[in-house]
Amino acid sequence: MSRIQAAFEKLKVQQRRALIPFVTAGDPNPQVTVPLMHGLVEAGADVIELGVPFSDPMADGPTIQRASERALKHNVSLRDVLGMVAEFRKTNASTPVVLMGYGNPIEAMGWETFAKSAAAVGVDGVLTVDFPPEESHEAFAHLEAHGLDPIFLLAPTTSDERIAEVAKLARGYVYYVSLKGVTGAGHLDLDAIAEKLPHLRKYISLPIGVGFGIRDAETALAVAKLCDGVVVGSRIVQEVENSTEQDVVANVGKLVKELRQAIDKA
Amino acid sequence: MYNYPDSKGHFGPYGGIYMAETLMPAVEELRRQYEHFRDDPEFKAEFAHELKYYVGRPSPIYHAKRLSEHFGGAQIYLKREDLNHTGAHKINNAIGQALLAKRMGKKRVIAETGAGMHGVATATVAARFGMECVVYMGAEDVQRQAPNVFRMKLLGATVIPVESGSRTLKDACNEAIRDWVTNVETTFYIFGTAAGPHPYPMLVRDFQCVIGNEAKVQMPELIGRQPDAVIACVGGGSNAIGIFHPYIDVPNVKLIGVEAGGHGIESGSHAAPLTGNAKVGVLHGNKVYLMQDENGQIIETHSISAGLDYPGVGPEHCLLKDIHRAEYVAINDDEAIDAFDALCRFEGIIPALESSHALAHAMKIAPTMGKDKALLVNLSGRGDKDMNTVAKIKGITL
Repeated sequence: MSRIQAAFEKLKVQQRRALIPFVTAGDPNPQVTVPLMHGLVEAGADVIELGVPFSDPMADGPTIQRASERALKHNVSLRDVLGMVAEFRKTNASTPVVLMGYGNPIEAMGWETFAKSAAAVGVDGVLTVDFPPEESHEAFAHLEAHGLDPIFLLAPTTSDERIAEVAKLARGYVYYVSLKGVTGAGHLDLDAIAEKLPHLRKYISLPIGVGFGIRDAETALAVAKLCDGVVVGSRIVQEVENSTEQDVVANVGKLVKELRQAIDKA
Repeated sequence: MYNYPDSKGHFGPYGGIYMAETLMPAVEELRRQYEHFRDDPEFKAEFAHELKYYVGRPSPIYHAKRLSEHFGGAQIYLKREDLNHTGAHKINNAIGQALLAKRMGKKRVIAETGAGMHGVATATVAARFGMECVVYMGAEDVQRQAPNVFRMKLLGATVIPVESGSRTLKDACNEAIRDWVTNVETTFYIFGTAAGPHPYPMLVRDFQCVIGNEAKVQMPELIGRQPDAVIACVGGGSNAIGIFHPYIDVPNVKLIGVEAGGHGIESGSHAAPLTGNAKVGVLHGNKVYLMQDENGQIIETHSISAGLDYPGVGPEHCLLKDIHRAEYVAINDDEAIDAFDALCRFEGIIPALESSHALAHAMKIAPTMGKDKALLVNLSGRGDKDMNTVAKIKGITL
């Protein structure tokens, strides 16, 4: 059983929702990332989405874009990110890690090399924002060959045909983007999510995580009531941005703990 | 028989649709609508009407006699896209896409722009068809192309300077895509070049093919045959593919794309992914030759010409390079400036710095060819917008 599957099954037994925080690897510097990941787990994270910095993050808002820029100032490469996961795994064998980013750094490394190295260091899933199912078959065959779960996004605009296609290809969990827009934008339309999720479940048997626009304990709880996992990205990255190197792990930990407590009421 | 792209938008290994999920339905809808309208007689008639009565087509081909004599070799002919309404080839595509937007019921259009010519063309058609218009432009380009920024504003468009990244065309693209993700239901993205996710490379090419289709008729009228070579500058490559594509199946016509060599290919400071042997990568919705570092991060490009200052290139050019149907060369900043000066002085035509790259290559090879040979240069735009840049280089304060 994959780590992601095991994590969700355990949560199911406990009747809890997954908390899935996102941080950009190497933000604000490469030394902080592994302690930060451990901090996320201690504060209650069930799955970690680790952003791979990219020079042109088209689907992200200014907050995550700035995180990428901070990481790239330290020349944090995909290879470095894999190194961070290896380091994290030395003392954590159970928390799933999903790499999230854009396809080009992987293209540059080569999908086969990437899949092999990622599996070897203990990565569990891969989400490439700009690789839709149409362009993913060959690339994702390499992921599958090395036991890595391809994580797909679904959007409010996604048609039923596409939802069915994603249902076939996706492993681990499916990430529902709760609003039209870039990361960190706008506010949640809870009614729309409440209406959409039962529809998605007609096609998707995997757990469904919801993200985009979750900013505090209140919205996290509201979303948690509707789905299997809550993804929080920009709000956490903002906390990283507003912290110093000394207090970043503590500050982010405090925020994640609040989110944890909130979604456990769901 | 050359027939690309395939139904999924692939030009051989290039092109495709590499977009975030939120935009996939929008891109799919655009493809469906375009495939419906491209052969619709009413759509074609309206497009032809606009090109004739609004843009002023056909654009003439002009024999640059004094320039040809000066270089003492092949005869240089200019396809005068600079004489189009708004001063460049960009209007051909903007009209086509605006007509699609109108049929799709979209009231708001957005665009990215580098030199500002596509932004001006989009602002123009938005005014012409009564649509709201927002143009994203790199902050660096806002500075170096100030006259075009003012033109867009006069036409009623909102110009948003983009401060992220290298503050040039690629960053304007990123920002326009972000806008589109957010406003996908109300907004039509008028993409400026023959790149991006399918169907844009095909659609932009089709609208720009009016250039080559006219030339194929005009050249025999002028000299009784087709030219020996067709030369065009390549940033994303829309003016080049527009004049190349109708010639792809015509034997004995060389197709030469001219990229921006910046400070020289060997300096690394350029915008020539094809000539500079860039690796293949994925950016802005398509797989193409792409200037990037060893870790797959897009690197900052340089060209004196804002319209060519882009790390990628359209997927069809990538294919034409691979199958050797077109050759790609680079012209450096200083060579482009020399060509710019030469056309001003010998022919009384002020070319855009982008087009000056194509012209510079014609001037380079003309002397090596016989006087009976003919080179057709796509003079894709006029140079009024470049006054500040050229004055600065010459150390003149306007």
